[in-house]
Amino acid sequence: MPLTTYVRPAGTRVAGFGHYQPSTVVTNADLIAQGVDTNDDWIQSRVGIVERRFATDESLLDMAEAASSKALANAGVAASDIDLVILATCTNEQQVPGGSAALAARLGINSPGAYDLNAACAGFVYGLASASNAVLAGQARNVLVVGAEKLSDYTDIFDRGTGIIFADGAGAAVVTVSDETGIGPVVWGSDGENAAAITTDPASRTLRQEGQTVYRWATGTMGGVALSACERAGIAPSELAAFVPHQANLRIIELIAKKLGAENAVIARDIVNSGNTSSASIPLALSKMLERGEIASGAPILLVGFGAGLTYAGQVILAP
Amino acid sequence: MATTEEILAGMAEILNEVADVAPEDVSVEKSFTDDLDVDSLSMVEVAMAAEEKFGVKIPDEELPNLKTVGDAVSYIEKNPS
Repeated sequence: MPLTTYVRPAGTRVAGFGHYQPSTVVTNADLIAQGVDTNDDWIQSRVGIVERRFATDESLLDMAEAASSKALANAGVAASDIDLVILATCTNEQQVPGGSAALAARLGINSPGAYDLNAACAGFVYGLASASNAVLAGQARNVLVVGAEKLSDYTDIFDRGTGIIFADGAGAAVVTVSDETGIGPVVWGSDGENAAAITTDPASRTLRQEGQTVYRWATGTMGGVALSACERAGIAPSELAAFVPHQANLRIIELIAKKLGAENAVIARDIVNSGNTSSASIPLALSKMLERGEIASGAPILLVGFGAGLTYAGQVILAP
Repeated sequence: MATTEEILAGMAEILNEVADVAPEDVSVEKSFTDDLDVDSLSMVEVAMAAEEKFGVKIPDEELPNLKTVGDAVSYIEKNPS
């Protein structure tokens, strides 16, 4: 005999965003002063970064907690209302335990469902989609989704392919019920054949990437993903108010944006001041854009995360 | 199957589009990195555009071997789809 029917809301929406950036600024000049063999022109023309932040005084959970508090406040949701916490990260200090339950306890959230999600730079969008799915299934009402990374723990600044790129930060959002669709269907996929393109060196436990392979994959495939996500949400790229791709590299961002053709959208370029913060990069960039008043409430925003795995996820959401 | 001249002209178009190289600067002996200021990421874009234009496959492993415009033209001639 069948089990009880699920009671499902009509839709979901993102009620608010928050972010946290560690206080220690690391400029290109700082890295050069430490002996990294590079120059400011090369970094800016190749990746687009002017400065990034390293969490010298903050742990991963410190950053996640700070971003989450702001997200809750901006969403107008109390900690006691949250029934599920999803922490997207690939830089926990240890495999066991994951950070989501401890994060919930720090925030005074009372025993919510809690799990960590590792989809690297696509983690936040996978987390947002998963949160929306849980609410749509009637299995949660208010979900805290966090993208937090302490990549500096896993970065060798002297490594040619990654040293000047990775950085630390956190962004968070609250997903809740809605009478309408405020979070579009996710377009997700992967390319496991190229799993070796972004890896961890086993001896030093620091990150490595094959720059050209990743560049080809990101610029060749993500334009199509972006267009698909718009199509599935039922909007044209020209209707987008904002495009927030994972902040991997400024040239990748510009190329994907060109293929998308969202002529009225403000494009996130937070990598310039924040570096590449993996799963934190999208909510960090977007939270700042919202804070600066760059996106009208209710306007459509396209998010596209992509990275190690290789894995990707894109979806359109309406601005809180 | 494109002629050498057609491939060279196609490469000039691609280099102009990808890296703002002036078409008159493109000739077979020119080095991508040293003469035309095309870095390794732009080379990926050049390869992807050439794949589309000429119907060839240019894997990333091949890119270090394509040092000059002439290397790229020869490769495309020798590896039709």
